[in-house]
Amino acid sequence: MSAAPAPAPKLDRWGALIRAARLVSPRRGQLILSIALGAGAILAAVGLLAVAGVLISKAALRPEILTLTIFTVGVRALAIARALLRYGERLVSHDLAFRVLADLRVRFFERLIPLVPEGLRGIRSGDVLSRFVGDVDTLQDLYLRALGPPLIGILAIALLAGAVAIVLPAGALVLVVAMLIAGLLLPALAARAGRRSGLREAPARAQLSAELVELVSGAAELAVYGREQQWAERIEAADSKLAATERPGAWISGVTSGAGVAIGGAAMIAVAAIGVQATAAGQLDGVLLAGIVFLTIGAFEAVVGLPDAAQRLTACAQAAARLEGVTEAPIPVSDPPAPIPVPSDGSLSFEDVSVRFEGREQAALSCVSAALAPGSRIALVGASGAGKTTLASCAVRFLDPSSGRVTLGGVDIRELSQDALRSAVRLVSQEAYLFTTTIAQNVRLAAPEASDDQITAALSRAGLGAWIASLPEGIETLVGEEGTEVSGGQRGRIALARGLIAPSQIVILDEPTANLDAAGARELLSAIGSERSDRRAMMVITHTVDGLEEFDEIIVLEAGAVVERGTWGDLIAAKGALARLSAAA
Amino acid sequence: MPLVGAVVLGVATSLLVVAQAVLLGRVIAGAFPGGQDLGEVSGELWILVAVVGARALCAFGFETSGRLGARRVVGELRASLTAKMLETRPAGLRGQRAGELVTNAVQGLSSLEAYFARYLPQLVLAVVVPVVILIYVFPRDFAAGTILLVTLPIIPLFMILIGLAARTATERRWRTLSLLSAHFLDAVKGLQTLKANDRAQRQVETLRETGEQYRKQTMVTLRIAFLSSLVLELAAMMGTALVAAAVAIQLINGGLEFSTALAVLLLAPELYLPVRMVGQQFHASTDGLTAANECFEVLDTPTAVSVPAAPLPSPDPRIGPLLLENVSFAYEGRGEAVLEAIDLKLSPGEQLALVGPSGQGKSTVASLILRLLDPQSGRILCNGVDLLEVDPKEWRQHLAWVPQRPTLFSATLAENIRLGRPEADQSALLAACADAGLEQLIDSMPQGLETRLGEGQRTLSAGETQRVALARAFLRDAPLVILDEPTAHLDAESSAAIGEAIARLSQSRSVLLIVHRPALAAAADRIVTLREGLIVDRQAQR
Repeated sequence: MSAAPAPAPKLDRWGALIRAARLVSPRRGQLILSIALGAGAILAAVGLLAVAGVLISKAALRPEILTLTIFTVGVRALAIARALLRYGERLVSHDLAFRVLADLRVRFFERLIPLVPEGLRGIRSGDVLSRFVGDVDTLQDLYLRALGPPLIGILAIALLAGAVAIVLPAGALVLVVAMLIAGLLLPALAARAGRRSGLREAPARAQLSAELVELVSGAAELAVYGREQQWAERIEAADSKLAATERPGAWISGVTSGAGVAIGGAAMIAVAAIGVQATAAGQLDGVLLAGIVFLTIGAFEAVVGLPDAAQRLTACAQAAARLEGVTEAPIPVSDPPAPIPVPSDGSLSFEDVSVRFEGREQAALSCVSAALAPGSRIALVGASGAGKTTLASCAVRFLDPSSGRVTLGGVDIRELSQDALRSAVRLVSQEAYLFTTTIAQNVRLAAPEASDDQITAALSRAGLGAWIASLPEGIETLVGEEGTEVSGGQRGRIALARGLIAPSQIVILDEPTANLDAAGARELLSAIGSERSDRRAMMVITHTVDGLEEFDEIIVLEAGAVVERGTWGDLIAAKGALARLSAAA
Repeated sequence: MPLVGAVVLGVATSLLVVAQAVLLGRVIAGAFPGGQDLGEVSGELWILVAVVGARALCAFGFETSGRLGARRVVGELRASLTAKMLETRPAGLRGQRAGELVTNAVQGLSSLEAYFARYLPQLVLAVVVPVVILIYVFPRDFAAGTILLVTLPIIPLFMILIGLAARTATERRWRTLSLLSAHFLDAVKGLQTLKANDRAQRQVETLRETGEQYRKQTMVTLRIAFLSSLVLELAAMMGTALVAAAVAIQLINGGLEFSTALAVLLLAPELYLPVRMVGQQFHASTDGLTAANECFEVLDTPTAVSVPAAPLPSPDPRIGPLLLENVSFAYEGRGEAVLEAIDLKLSPGEQLALVGPSGQGKSTVASLILRLLDPQSGRILCNGVDLLEVDPKEWRQHLAWVPQRPTLFSATLAENIRLGRPEADQSALLAACADAGLEQLIDSMPQGLETRLGEGQRTLSAGETQRVALARAFLRDAPLVILDEPTAHLDAESSAAIGEAIARLSQSRSVLLIVHRPALAAAADRIVTLREGLIVDRQAQR
């Protein structure tokens, strides 16, 4: 398996970042406030040092103590102001980060909705979705840690340089140049140098991670086959490879750190020299000399956060580009401009439906027709890959046929709104997902109004009655993260209960017997075939055929085409495909 | 040790910091009120240049040696962790999910790396720098020294006092963030299901509401938590302000040289800086310690299988029968025994089917025979030798195993099949592939047997994976083969094909076939049914 993240499309990382930033633009006021507070905090700290320098310079002339009061009060006031401003900035910026994150999640989720599932064909694996979520999480840093520090830094630098320029213009120039080098040039060089090693580091990290996943899942086999030593060596090799790719990063950060000290020191020395010169020439009041040198030393606080911000900005840009890579996929199906109301009672008909996927030679479905009348039961049978699930996807417009059409009560379903269609035609997919919540909530998903009793009844009909009764917390039992606390069979049956409770005219069950043993599968299919209490129509997709005796029609698909259809009796008598499937089981 | 380097460089840095302040004080005092011009202070300025250069070198060495040293420590830990996983994972760490272990090994160790690379060196600086600075300040200005000495402990004190409250708040914030993230991931992964049930739009509202709700809750705790840094900030800033006032009074009273006063004032913020930086590395410290704890928890897991000090030579299952006598087993932390005093016999060349519903201990029997687990009571014998007396590695050389969910490693298809016999030649490999019915798959792969699995190649289906595992077993050519649910998750036709391959594999070997569908057991010599850890039925077929 490969955990290597796909490289972000290079062309438009920064464009993607700007578009992502625009998603949260209504928060501009809060952003400005946090920047003002942050810059204020820096100015207070630097001001404290500068005023203290002036204070002791004046004291060196031994004046009356009282003449210094304004300065001693000033330094204390600045000390308090610094602490309060910093506190305010942290509160405002964290609040902003939470709001931004919530905005981003909602926006990106909304973009994902029309794409699932067909728009993400090929990139639907759990890995990609986890990364999608991780990338959205990365973007929360955009304002707090990536854009905030540079904006605060620029504001603070401008104000500090302006203050110095009034008394020592050459000093202000040195200060600005030094801070630009320390704040922009140095991080840019470091990022540039780091990018190359970073490019090699990510795949090395991914490989190590993939090897560890394999090691953990295959440890027993490695033990049985006596290959522990070799695999330990493989991990070690992957780790050394990762370490080698990380080494340049350590040197770069060392050099950056040393260069930062050197630049700060150089600025301090240069300003001191210029100040000494100006004082000797009588251009600068000597009382201010110490203050200006102290200010220079303190001013570098304004650029401390910039290297980190640059890294985060790059990470955010990559995340934004990857997110666009997912969300910019063409939307596979869209609603009609003026949807017609769903016909209240009618057959679901597939009329010569063909589906061809891009890049595949063979059609996934060719000219399949079927009609599901109210109250009827149809079984769609065939080996995996025969096109059964594709047909089901067409019925709920996860996918539109390449040719042919699907109608509901005589209306082409492309004329209906997708939401209304999926209310009327309910698909219980093979990959039905269990959410990290209770059994009851997972079933209620299909029928938000359902009472607990109705849910319990649906679960019983799905064959879980005894199990639910044995659970201390009954239907309020949690299913664990993504349903990991329930077995595959129980998961399938909970999904089935969703289909049974759904208030829909038509229900399509995709492989409801996937995780059941032969007896259980047979029992379930017979129950579906024989229970006909209402006008609800059901289509069942299955590869196990025992129990289909009572179905109105059985359609056997092979390689996307109908090879035979009829009732159980007819098809068994014909000794065709169904008879073979039945014998093999 | 990276720490020794950190101490040496830390002391050097502190001395340079003091030297820099003293020199700068002299330069400024020389010009004002001394009235010297640039030429007269140029000597000090050049020394200052040298001092700054030396500080830069120290900073470089401090950062680089810290990171490289930390990486070494982490590499060593990762190797031990890997070795431990290989040793215990087969069964001992069953309760932990695979993903969690890997997260610990990769991400957890990264936070441990930050701990070694950043937190510990910073801690060294936080001790060394203030000591050196105070040694300089005290003899020169007692009042300023006292202010520094009194305010300095406020910082670590408040870190500890409020730190406890702050930690819960910080942890809560992290928990909130990861909870929200998990909630979002849940929604994204389940989006298809939400859509099919017409609930996707509703989920948008839920995301918005939960985000808002958690923001409000968390901000309440943060408002209090950030008070701690407010106090820290105040202590450091007020300390500097008070030192300025103190030296000013000393200057007026004539008790202090102006250049020394400047140096003392310059050193005040330098004294607080490293201590405050420790606070900034708070996450690195807690995350690092958590990771270390998890790491050592894994490392301290007892080995699942005992290895005798003086092992007997391994018995050969071709010669004598394999016997389970009165064997019981319970997984740790789960009360009920999985197996209760079962007896089982597998004669050389016999095909035995173990059937029963899932979750009844069938796979545990396989793990016990494979010596991936030790029985809690009872004995497992082969040819009269207790397997506990034998080196598990030697015993396993007689075995081949097709687990329920075989693992494919990212290596070539050929390497995957050679897992059990790396030295096998090409003709043996091809024969094993033919026996397992793999030819079609091999033909469909771009580089045939040399195609690498994983890494963007198409993933193999469950049936294909099962065949690769069977080919492994064929190539292994072991006298005793254990097949665990070889046809679960397969459709009828693939099952039939796999059934034929199994029949070929079973010729002239002892086979333990574990199945929950009795149909597959038809070809076995004997069928034993296991239910709730007990053998409920034995039935000979021939």
